[in-house]
Amino acid sequence: MRSESDRAAHTAGVSKLMRSLQHPQVRPVIYQALLATGVGVAAWYFTSNAAENLWQRRIASGFDFLAREASFEIGESTFLSYESTDTYLRAIAVGFLNTFRVSALAIVFSTVLGGFIGLTRLSPNWLLAKLAAVYIEVIRNIPLVVQLFFWYAVITENLPAPADALSPGPGIFLSNRGFAFPMIVLGAPLALEYPVLSGFGFSGGALLSPEFAALLLGLSLYTAAFTAEIVRAGIVAVESGQYEAAYSLGLNHRQVMRYVVLPQALRVIVPPVTSQYLNCTKNSSLAVAIGYPDLVSIANTTINQTGQAIEGIAIIMIVYLTISLAIAGVMNWYNRRFALRGAQR
Amino acid sequence: MSHAVDEATTHVKSLLQWLRGRLFFSWSSSIATLIILYLAWNMVPPLINWALVRAVWSPQNARLCREAIGHGACWAFVADKYRFILFGTFPADQHWRPALAIAILMVLYLLSALRNMRRWRLAYFWLAGLAAIGVLMWGGLLGLSYVENERWGGLTLTLLLATFGLGFAFPLAILLALGRRSAMPLVRWLSIAYIELIRGVPLISVLFMASVMLPLFLPGGVSIDKLLRAQLAMIFFAAAYLAEVVRGGLQAIPREQEEAAQALGLSYWQRTSFVILPQALRIAIPPLVNTFIGFFKDTSLVVVIGLFDFLTTIKVSLTEPAWTGFGVEAYLFAALGYFVFCYPLSRYSQIIERETAHRQTDIHFQGELR
Repeated sequence: MRSESDRAAHTAGVSKLMRSLQHPQVRPVIYQALLATGVGVAAWYFTSNAAENLWQRRIASGFDFLAREASFEIGESTFLSYESTDTYLRAIAVGFLNTFRVSALAIVFSTVLGGFIGLTRLSPNWLLAKLAAVYIEVIRNIPLVVQLFFWYAVITENLPAPADALSPGPGIFLSNRGFAFPMIVLGAPLALEYPVLSGFGFSGGALLSPEFAALLLGLSLYTAAFTAEIVRAGIVAVESGQYEAAYSLGLNHRQVMRYVVLPQALRVIVPPVTSQYLNCTKNSSLAVAIGYPDLVSIANTTINQTGQAIEGIAIIMIVYLTISLAIAGVMNWYNRRFALRGAQR
Repeated sequence: MSHAVDEATTHVKSLLQWLRGRLFFSWSSSIATLIILYLAWNMVPPLINWALVRAVWSPQNARLCREAIGHGACWAFVADKYRFILFGTFPADQHWRPALAIAILMVLYLLSALRNMRRWRLAYFWLAGLAAIGVLMWGGLLGLSYVENERWGGLTLTLLLATFGLGFAFPLAILLALGRRSAMPLVRWLSIAYIELIRGVPLISVLFMASVMLPLFLPGGVSIDKLLRAQLAMIFFAAAYLAEVVRGGLQAIPREQEEAAQALGLSYWQRTSFVILPQALRIAIPPLVNTFIGFFKDTSLVVVIGLFDFLTTIKVSLTEPAWTGFGVEAYLFAALGYFVFCYPLSRYSQIIERETAHRQTDIHFQGELR
């Protein structure tokens, strides 16, 4: 039997241990050790499950499949030629370039349109300002997929067949097979090649497929509404004292905007517009819903054919993360270069 | 001159003044106004004609719709399929159950928007409401027949995905936001890695991940159904975005608040839940509501993994031979459906934002007086 003093010493020891566990320098270490163990166990559990499942379903792992023949068709490929006998790697590269093509164009169009609408929103003309406001509210409160489906339906169901295509300008044709318009001939400056009707479609010039046209249209109009709000907020954020001071110096409206207001507004505008560019690129993945072969759509086909879901998803994630980091990097550089000197942290 | 005529002339005068001041104050402005009026004159009447006057409403005869193509809209499509669009393939004689569930959700949304309801009381209402919805939708209790969740669909499913998604994402988001500001490096790194990884990739890839990759990571024999997988993906996705909004709110709280609470001897969790979070979340209400809107719109992406939500039911209805080729009408209706929910929410967030701005200037002003 333990003596009284023994027991007292024991209790004291326990409470000392408890106190040291509560010590502000010990506690975080214990918490983090527990967290690390938890994350480690979960990771081990999921990987071992995955290994077991892959083995049972006879699914290979690793990226060897990239060198195999893809044997599926891709609707359109711009910069790279592609046939169904090409490899998965080439198919995925085509998907990436398609994503790049549509997002780059949508970013350019939405910036121009968004800037214009943002300025219109601040117009002293009541009608113009209201129109811009209605545009922004309507576009922002409807999901992009719905808008894409809508534009796709407008193009494929309501535009005429190529034979009686709408022609709003010389050499421009709008039909349910897509949009055709004149294209500069490479190597011969100032020479335009006009599309001509041949069979059930157009040849010559440039042709946008209905899928691409709907995606580009929807994505540009959608992103423009968000950009417009950012531009408006940026201009409103410039204090009225700045305008007054500039006008009192004798500058005219154009000069005030060009040299005083816009440079200050841009500092507010650039960071949120950057994230809009990122969103635009990520949103281009909705292409899969209307059948434009972007990266996600082709990776998805690859997953369905090979069963290698983990690798397929990994490719998607790596590509998008790289794009995100690249855009963020460029914009951070811009921000550093043009940020207010005193405001730098 | 009589008094009435006098009043009328002042009205006309002020109207003319307004027109001159807001529409015709300069040459360029006058031209812009005239162009807009001309375009409206040319476009609005045919549009009204198409959408309302010459539209086909009655679903009895799909042939009428075919005849109206080109000059009248075909709303008969909606009239024919509205039950499928609202409730999916829920058993027809039980449609009152999802209808009641939608009604309960509406009441909960409205209660949450009331000012004096931003209290703990609200949480109890939500718990009770969600429990009732669970019973209504699944059944198997109180004499209700059991309905498996593969049969849930339509607007009901969209609202459930959005509500449960946000409900579960929000606590996770608060933990992530706190984690990102934690003094413990491992907690901070894990939170940052999670938030940035999710925010760097499109939602579609997260949905694909849940639908094709998640089953691989579960032990053999265990399977999670498609709806739950999509719901999990949406929760994990929303949490990353909400976490950044919450972090914005946390950053707006001055350090002194934390220090004062520490000086009072409060523990970390006491400081966080009684001092910091109530203030941070109140500041973050407008951006939170904007994120809610974005998330509600994002639920429409489940169309790519084949869940029968509001948009998918509309898209599927279009594949019926009677209704093919009416995509424009169908998607205009879908757009209206989403707009009806998103627009009031966005107005609400704008109002709150203005109120908060006023309150802050008031506080500032009082501070100066003292």
